[in-house]
Amino acid sequence: MSDNRNLFNKVWDQHAVRTLPNGQTQLFIGLHLIHEVTSPQAFEILRDRGLKVAFPERTIATVDHIVPTASQARPFVDLLAEQMMSAIEKNCAEFGVTLLDLKDKRQGIVHVVGPEQGLTQPGMTIVCGDSHTSTHGAFGSIAIGIGTSNVAEVLATQTMFLNRPKVRRVVVDGKLAPGVYAKDVILYIIQKLGVQGGVGYAYEFAGTTFDAMSMEERMTVCNMSIEGGARCGYINPDQTTVEYLRGRPNSPVGAEFDRAAAWWLSLASGPNAVFDDVVVFKASDIEPTVTWGITPAQSVGVSQPLPKLAEIGAEDQKLIKEALEFMDLKEGQPIKGTKIDVAFIGSCTNSRISDLREAARIASGHHVAPHVKAIVVPGSQLVREQAMKEGLHEVFQAAGFEWREAGCSMCLAMNPDKLQGREMCASSSNRNFKGRQGSPTGRTLLMSPAMVTAAAIRGFVTDIREFA
Amino acid sequence: MAIKEIKQITGTALPLLLDDIDTDRIIPARFLRCVTFDGLGEHAFEDDRKQDPNHPFDQVRFRAASILIAGRNFGCGSSREHAPQSLMRWGIQAIVAESFAEIFFGNCGSLGIPAVVASRTDLERLAQAVDQNPVLQVTLNLETQKITAGELVIPVTMPNSAREALITGQWDYLGRLLSAADDIRAHAAKVPYLTGWK
Ligand code: SF4
Repeated sequence: MSDNRNLFNKVWDQHAVRTLPNGQTQLFIGLHLIHEVTSPQAFEILRDRGLKVAFPERTIATVDHIVPTASQARPFVDLLAEQMMSAIEKNCAEFGVTLLDLKDKRQGIVHVVGPEQGLTQPGMTIVCGDSHTSTHGAFGSIAIGIGTSNVAEVLATQTMFLNRPKVRRVVVDGKLAPGVYAKDVILYIIQKLGVQGGVGYAYEFAGTTFDAMSMEERMTVCNMSIEGGARCGYINPDQTTVEYLRGRPNSPVGAEFDRAAAWWLSLASGPNAVFDDVVVFKASDIEPTVTWGITPAQSVGVSQPLPKLAEIGAEDQKLIKEALEFMDLKEGQPIKGTKIDVAFIGSCTNSRISDLREAARIASGHHVAPHVKAIVVPGSQLVREQAMKEGLHEVFQAAGFEWREAGCSMCLAMNPDKLQGREMCASSSNRNFKGRQGSPTGRTLLMSPAMVTAAAIRGFVTDIREFA
Repeated sequence: MAIKEIKQITGTALPLLLDDIDTDRIIPARFLRCVTFDGLGEHAFEDDRKQDPNHPFDQVRFRAASILIAGRNFGCGSSREHAPQSLMRWGIQAIVAESFAEIFFGNCGSLGIPAVVASRTDLERLAQAVDQNPVLQVTLNLETQKITAGELVIPVTMPNSAREALITGQWDYLGRLLSAADDIRAHAAKVPYLTGWK
């Protein structure tokens, strides 16, 4: 009999240790990723209760959020950051967890590192004290962000309690038009389904648009599932997934790889798979997309005007007014032409080699507008090294971009990279919340790295399709 | 670890009936540069408060509040447990909202903070009552799933698993997970990627 479970439910069932009478599942966690911000208090809980890490080889630590990107020399100038750095070093040494620190070439943003190292694999349950853990769903895994108490639970037991979510299949079919990227696809989906549309759901992204995407593009899509309210999003493993994993440092080899690949492919939702909900979009409806507000759903196609208050339901008006006021934008105005002060290429959404290649291709032969500060922050040391091998850093530097060390940087500005005052930033990151980029009054416009590059060069929001 | 049963929270309330309040706003990222949660309370909503001199968290009349009245999708964004930690350390013991983001909701559960849902109309009535009378005693009863505030009685909901855990004092999830240690080892021995996909 054919299995009519979708991938999510197959993987969930595989990892269910037990189900409590109240319906919660104690789920075994295959891979636990940790970083310096959300782990120190968790290790403290273990110490308090005299507990050990149950499966130390299933946890991998790296450092990303607080790491300075201009110079990584220790001790950091920021003493609080230095203290956090020492804490994770001490905790990992004491509890026997592998730490990819700044001296290790494998260091980088936790969601870039996992896939790059082949740690992230189909069919796994993956957690991390970070909401963008959803990124790892690109491989066909259940990957969810958790809080610090959960981090302690997973360290101590390699399990946690979860309620099984419903699964919504989000289908996008067709070929993306030139200038339209994975980032635009997910911004479009969030715009259509809303920032809380995914609450209670896991999103399965399916359809020919995703089939045609590279793994890095799929990661961009799954990364922002959480921005749509879905705690996780995933894409069924296929030959693209298998080829990406072949030869990675933590991938199986030889006959074991073949067995693994067969299992990975067997997990994909079959033609009879059942879903709690299905929505369908057309790739041809998606254009380069830009956020204009303070939630990731407040976006428009770059050729479109901002919404008019009169066209919006009374309930949403308050939020839209607040957003327009904060952004200092007017209802009905075009987004194209909006002046920017800062351009940021980086973050776990868009800091992989393919993102940097595309940005460099666009930047080549141009120069950043004189009033714009533009920075490129690779997602990992290995991405940085690869980019330098290809000479991308020279292209960026010649065009007036700063070329930085790996880290989260201006995505959330826990390190010295911050917006100042009311600066407007074209950003390839994932969140445009008030204050997100380090200045309480700073403003963020989310878009694809290609669009960020074009905006940096022109000095204002530019339709990449008109950029030459 | 002693865990207490949480059946009822009584105190004054604080209305913050806004939608899509993300955790970056509840506790801005710069305050995450810490290795303990101590001292987070005073920074709750710090940047919002700076920009709005009238912010409810800065109004003396709400300073003693223990129940937070919030809007739709409260706590969206980052998974930082620092957010409910800062609210808790500020003095909030329970939150009633139109809806919650999931990770935030889970984090509240881990800290023993009931996070219950009510209808928009009821939330508006409650917020208005509290606004008119900030010393009004508000009681959230998890067993009857009701909030009582003077004359006003509004129904609230919470998923049963989370509600029961609070009522029975079993929200020490770590303790319960540990009790299955043998099952966990046995389970690990069946996970394909831990056994060479044999
Ligand atoms: S890049 Fe941004 S979103 Fe990604 S993990 Fe770092 S801070 Fe979080």
